[in-house]
Amino acid sequence: MTGQQQMAVTEDDIQALVDGRLHGADAAAVEAAVAQDAVLAARVAGLRADRAALRAALASKAAEPVPARLRAATRRPTRSWQASWGGAQLAAGLVILAVGLGGGWVLGRQGAVGPQPVVVAGFAQAAQLAHAVYSVEVAHPVEVGAADEGHLMAWLSKRLGRTLQAPDLRARGYALVGGRLLPGSTGAAAQLMYEDASGARLTLYVAAVEGGETAFRFAQGSEAASLTWVDAGMGFAVSAALPRARLLPIAEDVYHALAL
Amino acid sequence: MAGAQKRHVIEAQIPALRRFAYALLRDPEAADDLVQDCLERALSRWHLFRPEAALRPWLFQVLRNLHIDGMRARARRGPHLAYDEAFSPAIDGGAEAAAHLGDVLAALDLLTLEQREVILLVGVEDFSYAETARILGVAQGTVMSRLARGRARLRALVEPGPDSGDNEGARGPATGAPLRRVK
Repeated sequence: MTGQQQMAVTEDDIQALVDGRLHGADAAAVEAAVAQDAVLAARVAGLRADRAALRAALASKAAEPVPARLRAATRRPTRSWQASWGGAQLAAGLVILAVGLGGGWVLGRQGAVGPQPVVVAGFAQAAQLAHAVYSVEVAHPVEVGAADEGHLMAWLSKRLGRTLQAPDLRARGYALVGGRLLPGSTGAAAQLMYEDASGARLTLYVAAVEGGETAFRFAQGSEAASLTWVDAGMGFAVSAALPRARLLPIAEDVYHALAL
Repeated sequence: MAGAQKRHVIEAQIPALRRFAYALLRDPEAADDLVQDCLERALSRWHLFRPEAALRPWLFQVLRNLHIDGMRARARRGPHLAYDEAFSPAIDGGAEAAAHLGDVLAALDLLTLEQREVILLVGVEDFSYAETARILGVAQGTVMSRLARGRARLRALVEPGPDSGDNEGARGPATGAPLRRVK
């Protein structure tokens, strides 16, 4: 292109040039036109510098290791994954269901109606999985520590759509460590972690579930046992590596602390 | 696609999703909350999802829509919790001052959300203009005009001066509106 044949450069051309989206003759023509205009050339240089600066400023963010909670968020089975994953899960759920039906009992929940064994079985499994994953964490057992309990509970309450208080279990020898937000099968789930003087951990898992109230149900997993119940659309699970007889009074305390 | 494959293709996008969320929110925790919401939403809608080629724009669209939802929810509720406040970068005198010192991220915060979205999707995430238009649900011409205006404003913030395009000081006097359609 010669100086006499200066082309009309549009704003779209400028943006495409800055983005490197022009190719071949188009790129050459726009480059040439820009080169002939000092004001325009300076502007293009400035836009390129900003673009490069923005990419550079954000590069470190993309280079960070992915937080465990985000990796975990992709591991949640969904409906369409059940062909590959759900078979095993269903089998496990049925085992837990059998345990729940065989070992479940009503405990001061006369108002309990319409038990949702399948929901509760899946819920117990999710709670136990979360317990198994996070209760062994030394460095990062929780996202927000007990020192920020007010903030933690406000956050979890907001995400779960229900006001939550962390039950005080000190009388049972367990102090609050903190909590975290997790992906549950129906949306956000919360896990609160407690620890006794020996460092043994107990978790309370809370998530919205469909269905009415249920009685306490016991589920024995490989790592931990859980007592679960459903109350006003929320499922609760207390999990710990404890025998049923020791878990029960703790679950009762939690139930009374959280009763609506 | 098997579950493991799906997980891999989604996980491969997490770093870029975190970058986009962080650039929008400028709060690392709130950004990761947004990404987590995005992953949950994407997985719950996976059965609605189609060929792999469009996965990346789809994930960004999910995240972007959640961000808009979060801002709307915040607007409805008014000032509430600290985590809500993180849905939008703080815009104050400090940001303006930082922008004038050449902090391009601080300058970006001063643009409208519409401008920030296109600048990030095109200039950082390397989406085509057509993909960006689909992600945002607008015409490609709208993408181009937001891009031009947004970048012009960014330029003026990063390098305020008589003519925002000049580094060498050889430029003429200010023309008032520094960035106009050329020719």
